[in-house]
Amino acid sequence: MKTASKVFTVAVFIFLYVPMLVLGIASFNSVSDVVVFRGFTFDNYKALFQDSVLLPLLLNSIIISVIASLAATVLGTAATLGIQRMGKRLRRVTMFMTNIPLTNPEIVTGVSLALLFAFVGQALKINSIMGFWTLLIAHITFNLPYVILSVQPKLTQMDPNLTSAALDLGCTPVQAFFKVVLHEIFPGIVSGALMAFTMSLDDFVISYFVYGPNFVTLPVEIYNYTKKPLHPKIYALFTLLFLVILLMMVVMNVLQARDTARHRNPRLRKSGGPIN
Amino acid sequence: MTMKFRRILALALLLGLTVSLSALGTAAAKDDTVTINVYNWGQYISDGTDGYIDVNKAFTEATGIQVNYMTYDSNETMYTKLKTGGSSYDVIIPSDYMIARLIREDMLLPLNFDNIPNYEYVGEAYKNTDYDPDNIYSVPYTWGTVGVIYNTKYVDEADTGSWNLLWNEKYSGKILMFDNPRDAFGIAELSLGYSVNTESEAELKAAGDLLVSQKPVVQDYVMDQIFDKMEHEEAWIAPYYAGDYLLMADENEALGFYFPEEGFNFFIDAMCIPTSCQHQAEAEAYINFLCDPAISGENLDYLGYSTPIEGAKEYMDEETAGSDIAYPSDEVLARGQSFLALSTAATQTMDSLWLNVKTTGSSSALIIGIIGLIVVIAACVVFFVLRKQKKARRKNLYSK
Amino acid sequence: MKRQFLSGPYILWMVLFTIIPLAIVVYYAFTDSITGAFTLKNLAAMGTYLPIFLRSIWLAVVSALICLVLGYPVAWCIAQAGPRAQRFLYMLVMLPMCISFLLRTLAWVSLLEDTGIINNLLGRLGIGPLRLVRNDGAVILGMVYNYLPYMIMPLYTVIMKIDHRLVEAAQDLGCGGSQVFLRVTLPLSVPGIISGVTMVFVPAVSTFYISQKLGGTTSTMIGDVIESQFKTAYNPNLGAALSLVLMILVLACIAVMNRFTGDDESVATI
Repeated sequence: MKTASKVFTVAVFIFLYVPMLVLGIASFNSVSDVVVFRGFTFDNYKALFQDSVLLPLLLNSIIISVIASLAATVLGTAATLGIQRMGKRLRRVTMFMTNIPLTNPEIVTGVSLALLFAFVGQALKINSIMGFWTLLIAHITFNLPYVILSVQPKLTQMDPNLTSAALDLGCTPVQAFFKVVLHEIFPGIVSGALMAFTMSLDDFVISYFVYGPNFVTLPVEIYNYTKKPLHPKIYALFTLLFLVILLMMVVMNVLQARDTARHRNPRLRKSGGPIN
Repeated sequence: MTMKFRRILALALLLGLTVSLSALGTAAAKDDTVTINVYNWGQYISDGTDGYIDVNKAFTEATGIQVNYMTYDSNETMYTKLKTGGSSYDVIIPSDYMIARLIREDMLLPLNFDNIPNYEYVGEAYKNTDYDPDNIYSVPYTWGTVGVIYNTKYVDEADTGSWNLLWNEKYSGKILMFDNPRDAFGIAELSLGYSVNTESEAELKAAGDLLVSQKPVVQDYVMDQIFDKMEHEEAWIAPYYAGDYLLMADENEALGFYFPEEGFNFFIDAMCIPTSCQHQAEAEAYINFLCDPAISGENLDYLGYSTPIEGAKEYMDEETAGSDIAYPSDEVLARGQSFLALSTAATQTMDSLWLNVKTTGSSSALIIGIIGLIVVIAACVVFFVLRKQKKARRKNLYSK
Repeated sequence: MKRQFLSGPYILWMVLFTIIPLAIVVYYAFTDSITGAFTLKNLAAMGTYLPIFLRSIWLAVVSALICLVLGYPVAWCIAQAGPRAQRFLYMLVMLPMCISFLLRTLAWVSLLEDTGIINNLLGRLGIGPLRLVRNDGAVILGMVYNYLPYMIMPLYTVIMKIDHRLVEAAQDLGCGGSQVFLRVTLPLSVPGIISGVTMVFVPAVSTFYISQKLGGTTSTMIGDVIESQFKTAYNPNLGAALSLVLMILVLACIAVMNRFTGDDESVATI
């Protein structure tokens, strides 16, 4: 059964990556066509780098993702710490509220935020309310649950005696917090932040409902592009992004592997001390 | 997690944050130049492809005003964007009937023609129109017509000439249709011999039924996606604007065009300033720029649509200026009908009929679907109930 | 400083940007689009959209089941690999999710079109152009393709955590390979199955882009209708009513699923 499932897995992976291959090949096509390959050329990449529209949009996407994921991480981590100390009923209500953006279809979240902002805009008589801030608010809102659900398990798994031990050894409560609690939940924070960043970067549905003409992100603009003939430099952009993210993930993988290897093998530990 | 890894991570985060904030900062600092938001149809301005003029770039070079150019694919999309508020545009370019509707709903600003001296070049035939009788709110950008584009390789000449080609079952699955209610209903109304501005409930319903009957042969409801589909011959027949036919014909010479005998839509697209505008003087400068005969000529030479500006034809290619598709004879034009704004009630009726057209599906597949769904749900319920019973039984066994 | 108050800003944020917007959706759903008065008209219109709701649910359920069939062996296979390979494969599964799903869906259109890549290849073999796109099958393919990673991830997380000693114990007691699977692995992975099915079903039932690009004129889904009410036809009230019904539908499905996982586990595993 193992070899059969291995073959099956390879087939599924091929299925997952076929469109990337198609778009990658299309990016080198000399004609603006995905189906027929006429000739190999780097022209689309050249056009991409001279383009004054797509690259700023990519920057916009990155800006929003970084700021939203950082804000969500800070807010969410603080929230998780607070939730842990809550009474049972309040905790259940809060966790239910946290689950709402996760379980709600994205289109409902997008629609509800769009209506909220339109409502506020009408009430305050502001005509151009949709823009950077509405987009940021929306991104932070849907990022928060991911952060909380990443940090929470680490917090509950933490041995509560560690904090008492630190206090006994002479730490002030603040020091104990930073050296013990934060240290223990840090992996959760990092994975939550990364998850938030990834979700924000490629978010289309929610951004589509709350964006304004002055700050457009890449996925939304690609949707607008798909309503008219596509220029192949988009395929070039896509292929480059794919390679960059692949590279980033490989690097992170290697770093993490080396990290755990160092943990496992005591001889490789650099700084002294039993707990590191 | 080692110190080194954490330090690398912290550095990366700091870097990301600094880059983002500095990018934001420079973007904010650049804001001493005025930027206007222009909202126009897609594929509706010459942007430098194939060596033609880049109108927006030329405008920025001439006046120093930056242009943030965005597109929509139908009047209704543009109207919804304006109505849901929260977005400010400085220049919009809707069609005649939509301008009438916007005026009626007080969504346009009166233009200051002191800032638009080039208005004198606009042909008399395009002033004092039905939609803007006193020339207060709009300046014409293009005029055009709607007809049928077809692929001469696959479509029999004998089948052409009328709107009924769009219902012809011989080409089922190869026919495209307008994805906006006004244009689609217009075609249906012309086929049935009604006025394109009818408000009679019965006639609208009949047109709606005709459109529903077309659904089985329609490949897709499209607007600008039509370019790829017709050029790559994914579809063979489509109703669309004459100017866009000329653009497509450049890419695929097998495409032909005709004006149906029942009549067709004649439209004027004009530039207006919505009430949400932030930079009125600069917006008027943009409108003025587009009325310049040289600019209009070079722009519409590429677009293929027809210019309302006198003297613009001198700047066009002879072939385009003499084209009888872009500039049909008066005899042909007599068959054209313009859209007028419909009353709110009629618009609502048309909108709900259109939604019905778009959403009717095949009912046989649905019945299979419902039955399948019930089976799946029943199976799940049975499975889980049995599981719970088994668990309870096992618990009893061990607790004895 | 009481640590409870750390969550104060968060609660305020969620109330402002999750609870209140939903209340506004309810408000719009019960309001007439022109007069602004209270009306049940929008909800009454749900009757005409029942076929579309059913079609959306049906397509989403089929997609979720296909994802389960495709994803389970993959998740199981990854869980059997060594830890370094596991991390690498997991990353490979997650990678497509980070990249524009719009373009990937468009790539499928290019593959499946009448003049697309697959039909071109078939044409060279002499097989006539097959109608591969613009039908419900293509929509299901698109949904399976886009949401397969969402199924594999929770399944893998759960299967990986299964105590290997249980498997060994079963083998010691005389179970063959398939019996071990049916009696030990499969029942223990049920929470992952439920989680995965939910994570595929929810976006699948509410998608609008996939059905627009891959579906035919008869494959309209509820997401399409909601999107059109907010973007092309100006009727936010009808759109809000549809969104409300969709949300209640999804919550109902999740509540039902939660009952079957057991009392304490929440469905959203990451």
